[in-house]
Amino acid sequence: MIGDAKYHSLDPSKCIGCTHCMKSCPTEAIRVVNGLAVIDHERCVYCGQCHRACPTHAFYVEQDDLAMIRSFKYRVILFPSIMIGQFPGKYSEDQIYDGLKKVGFTHIYEVEQPMQVMIDSINEVLADKETPKPAISIYCPAIVRLIQGRYPSLTENLILRKAPHNLAAHFAVEQLMLEGALREEIGLFYATPCIAKIAAVKSPVGESESIVDGIVNMNQLYNEVMKVISDDVVDDNTVQRKNLSTEGINWSLTRGESCHFGSRSIAIDGIHNAVRFLERLENDQVKGIDFIEMRACDQSCAGGILLTGNRFMTVERLERRAKRYPSAKEIHLENNQENSQELKRKLILDPIVPKPHFAFGKDRVKAMEKMDKAQRIVCFLPGIDCGACGAPNCHALAEDMVNNKAKMSDCIFLQQKWVDEGRINARKAFLNIQKKWGTDRFKADCNKRGRRNEGF
Amino acid sequence: MKLTFNIQGGDFTHAGKPSSEVKKVLKQLNVDGKTVKNIVIALYEAEVNVVAHAWKGTVSAEIDENKITIFVEDDGPGIPDIELAMQAGYSTASKQVRDMGFGAGMGLPNMKKNTDELLIESIVGKGTKVKMVNYFK
Ligand SMILES: Nc1ncnc2c1ncn2[C@@H]1O[C@H](COP(=O)(O)OP(=O)(O)O)[C@@H](O)[C@H]1O
Ligand code: SF4
Ligand code: SF4
Ligand SMILES: [Mg+2]
Repeated sequence: MIGDAKYHSLDPSKCIGCTHCMKSCPTEAIRVVNGLAVIDHERCVYCGQCHRACPTHAFYVEQDDLAMIRSFKYRVILFPSIMIGQFPGKYSEDQIYDGLKKVGFTHIYEVEQPMQVMIDSINEVLADKETPKPAISIYCPAIVRLIQGRYPSLTENLILRKAPHNLAAHFAVEQLMLEGALREEIGLFYATPCIAKIAAVKSPVGESESIVDGIVNMNQLYNEVMKVISDDVVDDNTVQRKNLSTEGINWSLTRGESCHFGSRSIAIDGIHNAVRFLERLENDQVKGIDFIEMRACDQSCAGGILLTGNRFMTVERLERRAKRYPSAKEIHLENNQENSQELKRKLILDPIVPKPHFAFGKDRVKAMEKMDKAQRIVCFLPGIDCGACGAPNCHALAEDMVNNKAKMSDCIFLQQKWVDEGRINARKAFLNIQKKWGTDRFKADCNKRGRRNEGF
Repeated sequence: MKLTFNIQGGDFTHAGKPSSEVKKVLKQLNVDGKTVKNIVIALYEAEVNVVAHAWKGTVSAEIDENKITIFVEDDGPGIPDIELAMQAGYSTASKQVRDMGFGAGMGLPNMKKNTDELLIESIVGKGTKVKMVNYFK
C-alpha cells in the first residue's frame, strides 16, 4: 500500500497553516485542518516537495538512532556519491572518508559500485523484446510510487532491476563475507538523501524485504562528520574507492543514467515535470523513446531534501570528481566478482503492481454519481483556487465535499454570498472561519510569517 | 455523465486537452488501462484532425456504466471521399502540418483500430461528425 507507513511528519508547533505545502503537492495529499497541514499518507509519494515549500521547516523526517550501529561488528555505511559533493571543496575525499570512520563506521561504500554490473543488468532488460518501451528507470522511488498510484498503466514500463543502494549492499556483504565476516555480524546503514529512499529501504516495492539494517539521514550524517573531520592531511585511503567509476559517481545526477541506455533516451527531473511528462506518455504521445530516467528532485539527488549543500554546487563538485575516476569498464574486481551471476541475480526485482488511487472509490456506478455531484458543486465555487477552504483547489474541495470530508461553507466566497443573501448570519460565518483557521489568525501580529518574510 | 470541450482549428499547441481530461475521468472510474489507452488514442487523433483539417469543433463525451460515446463535430471543409480518407497513409495535410510531425495519414485508421464503433458523416464545405463508442470490460 502506498503510504503504509509515515516516513515524514509535521510538527504542529511549527506549522503555521500557510497552505504553501498543500499547493505544491503533486498528488493533492495535503489539506489544512484546524489551521494545520495534514498529510494523507495514502496519497503521498514521498517526493519531498512539501518540505521544500514549507517556510517554517515544520516537516521532519523519521530516522533510526545512529547508536544502533554499535551492535554490529562490521558497520557499513552506504551512501550515494552526492554525499561527497556537498562538502566544502577544502575537504579531500580522504578527509571525508576518515571522518566517516571517526563517526563509527568500519567500512565505507558509496552505493554506485560496481557500476558495470548494473549497466549490464539494465541493458539485459532493454535488449529483451518483451520489455515495453519506453522503459522507465525505478531509480527514484518517488517516481515509482507516483506511477503506481497515478499512472497505473505505466507500471509495466518500469525496469525490474534494483537501485544502486541494493547493488552496493549486496556487493559489500559479498566482499565482507569473502574476508571471513558472518552475515549477522554485518550491519548495513544507508545514508539517505530523501524520504523516498527511506520508504524504498524500509518498505520496498518489488522486494520481499530490505537488505539494509538502518537509515541515517544524510543531513545528520553530514553534521556528524563535520564535527570530527580533520583539517590536517590524513592517511591516504584511496584504496577504499578503487571500485568507483565515472559512471557511478554521475549516476545520481540528471542524465547520469539515461546517457548509457537506448539509442534514444530522455532524462526528466523535478516532480511537476515528471507529472506532465507521464500524462503525455500515458496518452501515447511519446514515440520512439527507449529509455526514460525520471527523478523527483530538481537536479536529481543533488536536490534531495536531506542534502546540506547547494544543489548546483553539489553537481559541479561531483562532475569534477567523476572525471578523475576510471570508466566502469576498466574496473576489475577481485575474486572475479564482476562475473558474479549471483550479484546480477540479486538485482532482479519482483513485478511491480499498480496501486491506483481512487478519489471516489472502486465501485464505478457510485463513483460516477459522486463525480457528477462534484462536477455540479464546482459550478458554484469561484474557481480562484485560493486554498482558504483548506483544500488545494476548488475541484479538490468539491471532491472532499462529496466524500463528506468538507462542507459548502468551507468555501469563504460561497459563505460570504450566503451572508449577503441572508441565508446565514455574519457572526456564524465568522465563527466558521475561525474554526477552520484558529483564533490567532485574526489577531494583529507584526511578526506573522508568510512567504515574503521567510525569504522566498 | 457528460464532458464537453471546444477545439480551435490550427491550434496544435493545445491539442490533447479533451483526451487528457477524458482520460482522468475514466481512470477515476476504474476503467481498465488498455481500454483507457484505446479511447485516449482515438480521441486524440480525432482532435488533431479538427485542428489540422477543420476550422473549429466540439468534443462531447458521454460516459455511462459500461461504455463511452464520444462525438467530435467540426465546422470545416468536410471529407469528400470517406473511404479513401480511411486508407492507411492517405493524407491531404499541408507540408506545414507534416513538418510539425502530424499528417502521416494514420489518424482515421488508428481511430478505427482503437474503437468498438466508429461512424463518420461529412458534408463537403460544412463539416464532419465523428461518433466513437468504446465498451468497458
Ligand atoms: N475532420 C476532418 N475534416 C476534414 N478533413 C478530414 C478530417 N479528418 C480527416 N480528414 C481528411 O482525411 C485525411 C486522412 O485523415 P487521417 O487518417 O487522420 O490522416 P492525416 O490527418 O494524418 O492526414 C486527411 O488528410 C484529411 O484530408
Ligand atoms: S512528500 Fe510529496 S506527495 Fe507527499 S505530501 Fe509532501 S508534496 Fe505531497
Ligand atoms: S531524485 Fe533522488 S533525492 Fe530526489 S526523491 Fe528521487 S531518489 Fe530521492
Ligand atoms: Mg489525422
